[in-house]
Amino acid sequence: MVVFDKPHALADLPMHYCPGCTHGIIHRLVAECLDELGIEGQTIGIAPVGCSVLAYNYFNCDMIEAAHGRAPAIATGVKRADPDNHIVFTYQGDGDLASIGMAETVHAAARNENITVIFVNNAIYGMTGGQMAPTSLPGQVTQTSPYGRDTNHCGFPIKVCEMLSELDGPEYLERVAVNNVKNVKAAKKAIKKAFENQINKKGFSLIEVVSSCPTNWGMTPQKALEWVEEKMIPYYPLGVYKDRTAGIVKGADK
Amino acid sequence: MPKLTFKTDNCKGCGLCVDACPKGVLAIAKEKINKRGHHPVEAVKEDACIGCTFCATMCPDCIIKIEK
Repeated sequence: MVVFDKPHALADLPMHYCPGCTHGIIHRLVAECLDELGIEGQTIGIAPVGCSVLAYNYFNCDMIEAAHGRAPAIATGVKRADPDNHIVFTYQGDGDLASIGMAETVHAAARNENITVIFVNNAIYGMTGGQMAPTSLPGQVTQTSPYGRDTNHCGFPIKVCEMLSELDGPEYLERVAVNNVKNVKAAKKAIKKAFENQINKKGFSLIEVVSSCPTNWGMTPQKALEWVEEKMIPYYPLGVYKDRTAGIVKGADK
Repeated sequence: MPKLTFKTDNCKGCGLCVDACPKGVLAIAKEKINKRGHHPVEAVKEDACIGCTFCATMCPDCIIKIEK
């Protein structure tokens, strides 16, 4: 009996991500959810710009490539064109969703568009070589903040889940991490719920996945996951930030 | 006994599976090199495997297949 294998919705290709990059784990979790819900054939994914720009190669469902940050806008169009027959998800990084695509994200959430957003937060611009992102932590050393992010000069990181939870629109907001087995299992559950919400026509679901970037953080994959545990998670607490159906609004549960 | 199968040529040798395994079944094969130029993972103590799937859960490249 096979207890673990590559999900069908994930293409059988070597990924271009760096060794130890957690994008691969998150791709697999999304593909597993598509398999388990039996929606691969009706799903349309929207790929972002960033490291995961080539996500369209790796998912076996239909994919569209969006302009930088505009994935929620394209997802809105695709979903509204045929709301009953298509499941639409976007897969975006923090430079894509929290910087250039902030307007699209906030307005899609405010309109409670019935889409699923997978937001990968690794606190850095990965593809372009490790520049400071809107989500880089205070004091974090990046290519464009070699002495650490100075909050007097560069401001403070944007906490997307906390910010969106203030809106009346979104249905479901949760922050998860993929730094250990327990958190990966919890992340899978959250992503599955986000897709189920869309199937049940509940509205906008965003899952923020705190992930790592070993190459641009200048760490081994193991050290990077420790850094997620020690630095990222205290700043970005995990938990459900909004679940309208269950009546949860604001405040992390752990 | 659980059976582990690796798509060795897709392995990037990051070692996340090695750390996730509670039984020390896996190790990075320092003397081997795969098609992509990485040292791939290998099962050094396959007898100890309990089929918990922790390694496959943490593998970013989805190279591990586990059968029981």
